[in-house]
Amino acid sequence: MPPYLICFWAILKREVLRFFQQRSRLLSALVRPLLWLIVFAAGFRSALGVSIMPPYESYILYQEYIVPGLCAMIILFNSMQTSLSMVYDREMGSMKILFMSPIPKSFLLLCKLIAAACLSLLQVVIFLLLANIVDVEIPWWGFIYAIPSVFLSAFFLGALGLILSNFIKQLENFAGVMNFVIFPMFFLSSALYPLWKIQESSLWLYWICQYNPFTYCVEMIRFALYGQFNIQASSVVLGCVLVCGFIAVGTFKPKK
Amino acid sequence: MSITITDVTYSFKAKPVLNDINLLLKPGFNVLLGPNGAGKSTLLSLLTGQRKIQQGKITFKDYDISHDTRAIMAQLGVVFQQTTLDLDLTVLQNLTYFGALHGLSAATVLNRITPVLTQLALIDRLQDKVRSLNEGHRRRVEIARCMIHLPQYLLLDEATVGLDVDSRKLIIEHIRALATAQHLTVLWTTHLMNEVLEDDPLFILNQGKLIEQGVCHTLLAKHQQSSVFDLYRTLTQPQGLL
Repeated sequence: MPPYLICFWAILKREVLRFFQQRSRLLSALVRPLLWLIVFAAGFRSALGVSIMPPYESYILYQEYIVPGLCAMIILFNSMQTSLSMVYDREMGSMKILFMSPIPKSFLLLCKLIAAACLSLLQVVIFLLLANIVDVEIPWWGFIYAIPSVFLSAFFLGALGLILSNFIKQLENFAGVMNFVIFPMFFLSSALYPLWKIQESSLWLYWICQYNPFTYCVEMIRFALYGQFNIQASSVVLGCVLVCGFIAVGTFKPKK
Repeated sequence: MSITITDVTYSFKAKPVLNDINLLLKPGFNVLLGPNGAGKSTLLSLLTGQRKIQQGKITFKDYDISHDTRAIMAQLGVVFQQTTLDLDLTVLQNLTYFGALHGLSAATVLNRITPVLTQLALIDRLQDKVRSLNEGHRRRVEIARCMIHLPQYLLLDEATVGLDVDSRKLIIEHIRALATAQHLTVLWTTHLMNEVLEDDPLFILNQGKLIEQGVCHTLLAKHQQSSVFDLYRTLTQPQGLL
């Protein structure tokens, strides 16, 4: 096996092993979106009706509407937790070992981002399978179509997390940044409500949501789950992947 | 296979940490002695490319650390002062992970590492999680790990601090034997005088300056001291305190 492939496989395997060993992380990764789906969506089902809008061809239940947003939420949390583990690795010294490798730093960081994206993908697939149990019907081919969208979103958000981890000196500070990044990104998007609903309530909020790249992750996944390709959302996310990817790899500091 | 440090000066937030360091490390067991805060770890972080050189030059034979980092990393084994093992992985997983970062397959790692692990009395602990090991055993794992890619240079930053006498003895003897048998260039940094032997090339760092260098017994004769401890104290303590 070529050395670069051995290296990639080892980084992926390490991230997967660590993920499954941290049982609370695994559990919370699934419980969090399921609570939103089962409790929050059930409560708001009657209050929030969703009219026919692409990619849906008929009226849908609210819980069906928020599934793509919850998939994106899983990715967002996992990406930020991966960055958290980078801060931890840097504090604990494991990051030094990573960069003692003769393999280029950019390749090693790319492997880290791909590994994090694979973990996000795994969690999203498990979540979608569980969502089927609570009567959210996602067509089976939607799973296949969604894979590139989930992967691309995970790569973008992972790179964003990596950039953020440059500004974090200690784990404690990262928790604060998570509150200022995760929640605004999630709530100021189309994850929980369609943008036209937000526009009816507040125009400035609508424009913030429009400029939030997370909105485009949600919409890309939403369309993909129903076998459709949203070119605008995909282009924005792809652009974010390239910009954040370059910044993340170029500015990453292994030592604080 | 020597390491040359030329005119290296390093400051951290305008505070000088290393001041005009010049030294030549030849193959063998070299000791860098200095009190806490002398700049030993900073010098090691420059040698390992963890920090960028601000002024001066460091070369590993023909390779410059500022330009040929990857080529140097392929030949460099390091044990940092702080444990850098992944506590949630087993000993074997830690070793194969490191090997893979150097492009080595698990089978190759296992073949190379089995004799070392046997010597370090770790062969029965391969499947144990690092978290379950004591400090001495963790250090041994790190020593074994730094040899996986068959390096030419070894840098060890206070590798025996906090260990019991037996573990310290085992580790230092193992590294000395490696340096001799494999003609490695070893830099052993410490503040523990009893780890220095009379034939060791000795470099004494204090307050960011290299205040003395030479073979230990030559330095003892030059400063008319009978032990490394007295030599060190004479060189590092202000006259009024002696």
